[in-house]
Amino acid sequence: MNPSYELPRDEAGYSFGFLDEYAKREVRRAILKAICIPGYQTPYASREMPMGRGFGTGGLQLTLSLIGRGECLKVIDQGADDSVNAVNLRQFIELTCPGVDTTEHTGEATLIQSRHRIPEQPLNSAQVLVLQVPYPDPLVVVEASEAKRKIMHGEGDYSRLLTKLYEDIVRFAEITISHRYPTRINGHYVLDPSPIPRFDIAKLDHSPALILFGAGREKKIYAVPPHTRAEPLVFDDIPFRAEDFNDAQGQRRACQRCGASDSFLDEFSSANGTATFQCSDSDYCNQRVAAGNGVSCEVTS
Amino acid sequence: MGYVAIRGGGTAIKGSLEALEALRAAEADEGTALSLNTIEHQLRLLTSRILSEGGLYHPPLAALAIKQMQGDTLEAAFALRAYRSTKPRLLTTPVQETEGMRVIRRISSAFKDIPGGQMLGPTTDYALRLMRLELADESPEVFRGIAARFLADTPSEALPQTFPKVVEALRRDGLLPASPPGQGEPFDITREPLVFPIPRSAVLASMARAETGSLLALAYSNMRGYGDVHPTIAELRVGYLPVLLPHPVTGEPVEAGEVLMTECEVVAMYESDEAGAVPVFTLGYGACFGHNETKAISMAVLDRALQKGMKDGPSNPSEDPEFVVLHVDGVDSMGFANHYKMPHYVTFQSDMDRLRTTQIKAEQKKSAQKKGQPE
Repeated sequence: MNPSYELPRDEAGYSFGFLDEYAKREVRRAILKAICIPGYQTPYASREMPMGRGFGTGGLQLTLSLIGRGECLKVIDQGADDSVNAVNLRQFIELTCPGVDTTEHTGEATLIQSRHRIPEQPLNSAQVLVLQVPYPDPLVVVEASEAKRKIMHGEGDYSRLLTKLYEDIVRFAEITISHRYPTRINGHYVLDPSPIPRFDIAKLDHSPALILFGAGREKKIYAVPPHTRAEPLVFDDIPFRAEDFNDAQGQRRACQRCGASDSFLDEFSSANGTATFQCSDSDYCNQRVAAGNGVSCEVTS
Repeated sequence: MGYVAIRGGGTAIKGSLEALEALRAAEADEGTALSLNTIEHQLRLLTSRILSEGGLYHPPLAALAIKQMQGDTLEAAFALRAYRSTKPRLLTTPVQETEGMRVIRRISSAFKDIPGGQMLGPTTDYALRLMRLELADESPEVFRGIAARFLADTPSEALPQTFPKVVEALRRDGLLPASPPGQGEPFDITREPLVFPIPRSAVLASMARAETGSLLALAYSNMRGYGDVHPTIAELRVGYLPVLLPHPVTGEPVEAGEVLMTECEVVAMYESDEAGAVPVFTLGYGACFGHNETKAISMAVLDRALQKGMKDGPSNPSEDPEFVVLHVDGVDSMGFANHYKMPHYVTFQSDMDRLRTTQIKAEQKKSAQKKGQPE
């Protein structure tokens, strides 16, 4: 290297959206292909982002490629806007995308990036939901080779996945897949819906909002286009069962803060050792409390 | 009670970064900040490693990454890669002939006498790994003395600018097959996704920026018994390779700069090819930015193993392109290992739901069996 070379210390920041324009265009093209072939894992040359692989780099590349000035963004992790990773991603997007608004309210957002949850409040057709994906391929539990999995997907051959479900029923009298429940899209491809709970699977079906999935480390983009069928893989005589949050008496548990009995709940151990429950979706819970649904006097700020 | 995940995430992150920065500068009173020059030169092998794993030849930025990441090789290479994501690709580099390398070291373990001669150069291969306690305190005068003594021994006649390649001699003698014809443009792993099966150029490019330890582990598995490459190093060379780029106006190749590189070719026992063909040795190739011989050798061994796997089907992990290529990237593997530290409350809640339900089912089955038993 030239011995007189010096680092350009006054180099002005990064371009809008961090990624170079060619990279963003490539991601957008992959998104279009993913929408055209619902549930198909579109390969793309995923770029390294300045946060760790596994921390949402796939979702982030989707968000940065789609976002423009005037967009209103919401970032959540585990349903919450203020968890460390959501804060970190939001701050990075604010830093590299000047002119973009952020919000914690699901209804206000035009673009929502999420890890592990789909918001409780139904999305509308003007919204895009971006989900972060660690494992894009539902067949990985039964076949390690990607080349072989690609053939199985093409042929719609999910027999080994169904066999796994059957074996579960024989051994445990229940399907034991807790999250990342394999879901068939538009009657053909089965996708990994990202580690959302089974509770959120129904929200994929005929969603008015476009739902995009980004796997940065595994370098895949896939989509559930608006108003598209999304059916969890089951047998005719064994129904799909979401988390029910029923207590021993079969009573549906409610959020101890806002009283909701229709939301996904986080379990806490209270000081006296008993389990208590709160909404996992912080915006949903806050809105309910603000609307006067608070159960007790406790309102955490 | 805290509300979901970690409240005040922003404050926590800020505090954490301040603590990290404080540790970086914690040498106290006589502490002087490391200069990038010092890192680049005195920690040259570390810088080499970051250049190759980061996939960007930029020694001052590599030195900065090492300083910023407090010596963590995975993190430093990662920072260089992320920086790379902000830059467009302006042109494709034409094929560079390594015969034109200004070598600082070249050896062959196949022949005693190679065209151009062996040149041991700077290596720890035959250095005794005894602690040299005098290094604990070195003054600038000591440094100057070392340089003066080294330069005093400079041979009067200049070294040749280039050395012929050992494998070319093997090819001339019919011991190695002729170099395979180029299969069009090399695969650019930074701009195209890997869809298996992938061409050899994609495998080589992936390994060239792979994490050194990961490559070594997989290559070692092949050397030890999970494979049978049995390599002989035809040539290992380290040196500065002039980078020739087409002139923007005339299109003629002009030297745009040079990169320090390590290159290794291993020769392996011949394969029983289709009947009638003359048997020949087989070749494995490894090359990376910087001075990193362990990496170049590991890569060459894996290239040979993978070529065999691609031809005959893999019979060992190191012969399976998917297994090797998808598991040797430091940025990917380190990121994913660390992501497990993030909250997984929702998925764990789902796990508990399934476990409790199956526990209840198991209890019910047990009590049903008990009832069914005769008194």
